[in-house]
Amino acid sequence: MELKDFIQKFAEQFEETAIELFKAETVFKNLPEWSSLTALSIIAMVDEEMEKRVTGADIRNSATIEDLYQLVLSK
Amino acid sequence: MKAYIKGISYYLPEKILTNEQIAREFPEWTVEKINSKIGIKERHVVAENETASDMALNAANKLIEEYSIDRSTIDYLILVTQSPDYILPTTACILQDRLGLSTSIGAIDVNQGCSGFIMGISLAKGLVVGKMAKNVLLITSETYTKHIHPKDKGNRTIFGDAAAATLISTDGIAEIREFSFGTDGKGAENLIVKTGGQRFRLPMNDLTFDENGIPKSSDYLFMDGSEIVNYTLDYFPPLIKDALSKNDLELQDVDLFVFHQANKFIMELLRKKLKIEDHKFYRFFENVGNTVSSTIPIAMKEAINDGTLNGKANVLIAAPGLGYSWAGAAIQFL
Repeated sequence: MELKDFIQKFAEQFEETAIELFKAETVFKNLPEWSSLTALSIIAMVDEEMEKRVTGADIRNSATIEDLYQLVLSK
Repeated sequence: MKAYIKGISYYLPEKILTNEQIAREFPEWTVEKINSKIGIKERHVVAENETASDMALNAANKLIEEYSIDRSTIDYLILVTQSPDYILPTTACILQDRLGLSTSIGAIDVNQGCSGFIMGISLAKGLVVGKMAKNVLLITSETYTKHIHPKDKGNRTIFGDAAAATLISTDGIAEIREFSFGTDGKGAENLIVKTGGQRFRLPMNDLTFDENGIPKSSDYLFMDGSEIVNYTLDYFPPLIKDALSKNDLELQDVDLFVFHQANKFIMELLRKKLKIEDHKFYRFFENVGNTVSSTIPIAMKEAINDGTLNGKANVLIAAPGLGYSWAGAAIQFL
């Protein structure tokens, strides 16, 4: 999966946040809509789209969307 | 010799906690968001002085009345609970007396969570097939709301209290077929109430709040959501595969899937992953929440009541539970 597709899928896990706010360098935990439940949606999305496991620690250790993307790719 | 489910009844405590009440306490958690993500609209909560054995008593009396069961014919009692009245004695022993059951019966507690109903019917089937009992009363009863910290909005949204009573007998409405079991104690810490047992007898008073404002305390129910989601994604699909194979069934042979009713998020995740058709996927959590070991018997009862289960049907039940402990089985409605 390309980074731009990952960002798109990442954005789809949100309901209220404007799509323009999702960029490779977006610090996603600073988005007002971010919650522990969004983290679970991201885990589910990565499982469905990339068949990879993301842990709570992976999300804690990633600042930007691209950080998380690179971390998933390295698995 | 075969074993059958003969009847199911359930009891919900009187007090209801609505999404409106939750949203008032946690303004960042709106009614719409709870409805769309978690799918639970209300859950029942026990009164301060109401325990799992009180609810168990109500559920069992309802079953006895509804199916005109002669109490003296019940020859074994299994209570599944993680909220016992006392550390000891066994709550099932207290219930034998409160229910007016014969003193010539066996009575045990089983400490299991969401997989508890399936673990319970496996034991009940063993007793019936092994000719040690003819009418096993299996009660699942849980007061998780007492384990949850008042500021824990996630768990307060998900869990509800309830008890279900099921009679397993030498005849009945549905045959209990073969089981698939699994256990992995490595996951113990991911869903835990750490204190109050013999490892840590006294409260630790170590409450902290994480970056999302979620309380973490050894004295209350702790659930690591991301670990639990990953555990479910890892172990549930192989469980279904194994349960189907043990019953010589293919996925398409199953008429109704009655899984542990955790919440909308988890259930839809599993339904999509397993590619189960929507109309074969039973849901009953909107007005009761996740009642732990009672979700499957409550959902089966509702499927009977609303006509989803009428006549012959292959039903697959399955649950991922804390421990970790997971189980699945086929139930053939006659």
